[in-house]
Amino acid sequence: MEKIFSRPESLYDLPTHYCPGCGHGIAHRLVAQVIDELAVREKTIGIAPVGCAVVAYDYWNFDCSEAAHGRALAVATAIKRVHPNNVVFTYQGDGDLAAIGTNETIHAANRGENLTVVFINNAVYGMTGGQLAPTTLLGQKTSTSVEGRDKEKHGYPLKISEMLALLPGVVYVERVSLESPQEVLKAKRAIKQAFENQINKLGFSLVEILSPCPTYWGLSPKDSLEWIKNVMQKEFPLGRIK
Amino acid sequence: MLKQKILISGNEAIAEGALQAGCSFYAGYPITPQNELIAYMAKHMPKKGIFIQAESEPAAINMVYGASAAGARSMTSSSSPGISLMQEGISYIAGAQLPSVIVNIMRGGPGLGNIAPAQSDYFQATRGGGHGDYHLIVLAPGSAQEAYDLTQTGFDLADKYRIPVMILGDGILGQMMEPVTLSTKKIKVNPAKSWALSGCQGRKPNIAKSFFLREGDLETFNLKLQKNYELIKNKEERYESLFVADAKVILVAYGTMARIAKTVVSQLRSVGKKVGLIRPITLWPFPQKPFNLKNKRTKFLVTEMSYGQMVDDVKLAVNGRNKINFLGRSGGGVPSQEELISKISKLL
Repeated sequence: MEKIFSRPESLYDLPTHYCPGCGHGIAHRLVAQVIDELAVREKTIGIAPVGCAVVAYDYWNFDCSEAAHGRALAVATAIKRVHPNNVVFTYQGDGDLAAIGTNETIHAANRGENLTVVFINNAVYGMTGGQLAPTTLLGQKTSTSVEGRDKEKHGYPLKISEMLALLPGVVYVERVSLESPQEVLKAKRAIKQAFENQINKLGFSLVEILSPCPTYWGLSPKDSLEWIKNVMQKEFPLGRIK
Repeated sequence: MLKQKILISGNEAIAEGALQAGCSFYAGYPITPQNELIAYMAKHMPKKGIFIQAESEPAAINMVYGASAAGARSMTSSSSPGISLMQEGISYIAGAQLPSVIVNIMRGGPGLGNIAPAQSDYFQATRGGGHGDYHLIVLAPGSAQEAYDLTQTGFDLADKYRIPVMILGDGILGQMMEPVTLSTKKIKVNPAKSWALSGCQGRKPNIAKSFFLREGDLETFNLKLQKNYELIKNKEERYESLFVADAKVILVAYGTMARIAKTVVSQLRSVGKKVGLIRPITLWPFPQKPFNLKNKRTKFLVTEMSYGQMVDDVKLAVNGRNKINFLGRSGGGVPSQEELISKISKLL
């Protein structure tokens, strides 16, 4: 019998450390699948963030670097400039990319660095215990916004993808979601597009992935997917932004 | 080939030394008094090399982290407040064992301080500076020629020990123009690095990291770093000593301050005063050998453009055997020849 679905070579055969219902496992796999399909595993250098995905390199079967919190795009800029024919991507959470690393994010994008960014938006800081993130929704309760995010105190959810889309160096921005198998397939197509853009030397591409964090949303895995669909996607609408 | 002698500032000499050493990646952010260095790199970096004016010092040092992880000989430069901003990145570079060269052309502090020359970042440079148990090799040139030469040495040491190397100068050294004899040798070839990130073709994946979460792993790794530091301490002490054998008073100074001290020593020697000089060239590892004197009555006079930082290392090296005195000024003040001579005459 022909085997038509298996673990990508770019992904090690290991159980992950992620919580039940977490989106990172799916996102890791999508990245690995795309790298296999594009046959660039031996050319790929991934940059892992600080956050829940810090040990992404334990799961990916290709060269990887850690970066200090928020600095992934500075590290990636240099690696890509040194090895312009390699495929270089960052995998970053919302705190990493849109809070502590906003400066590095905006300037790498504005330089039009020929990089791919996989941006995981789960609306909280997961690794440190579910604190308020730049992307936390208004009213959303976190350990540092105990009454819920209040626009007077905490400002609004930061739409970094829309901001980046304004920059001429940015060629592609799309927001996708992991709330259903159909959306996961769309997410994979977007990630593939973002890698193809780099291979075709088009410039800076970013895919924002709305990803569940049942643990710090205080919801079951199933309800988390519902929450993405019914609540989070209203604030962060899906689709191609640029 | 004829030797080429040119008149350049210390900042430019460091840049030229880096290019001679095969530095192919530079990222930096403007700050006085090291702006000639970044400008020189922008102008002279060969076409195949990479120059980036970063958006901040944290971005610059993390670019150096990335370029070093990718196997390039890479450098950044800044001055005191900028170096403070880079400390996180330097700690990560040390933790990931990435060879790189970081230049600090010191100015007055704390805070925004001023743009006058100073030596008040000695503690930060020699104690690691950022978080964690780590060291950089710290090289302190005393002239533009030595800045040119030591920068090249710095790249070699960084690669040899997989360690960040700091070139520690001050605003006078950086700005002062002096004749420098350039090397007639070919530009150095960046040595092959089997651990570097380049894509895992034909090998297992390489990982650049400093994260060791599993119990015991970080301690094992830190012990490996410590072993490397011990090796460096045993092999890489560098210093200059002058008229030490019969000296009654030995001045201890580095960098620009050693230039002034040297003038004082030769002036006093010309009138028969028994004065000598020890000039540490590596500030970490701090030279131990020259401080082990037979004559316990010899006195040391440590002089710095700070209120006493290197003097602590002299105390550790002397270990109570001899008396140690100190003369220092900071915040733009530089101990003068007259101040030194007056202090020495009280000690003689």
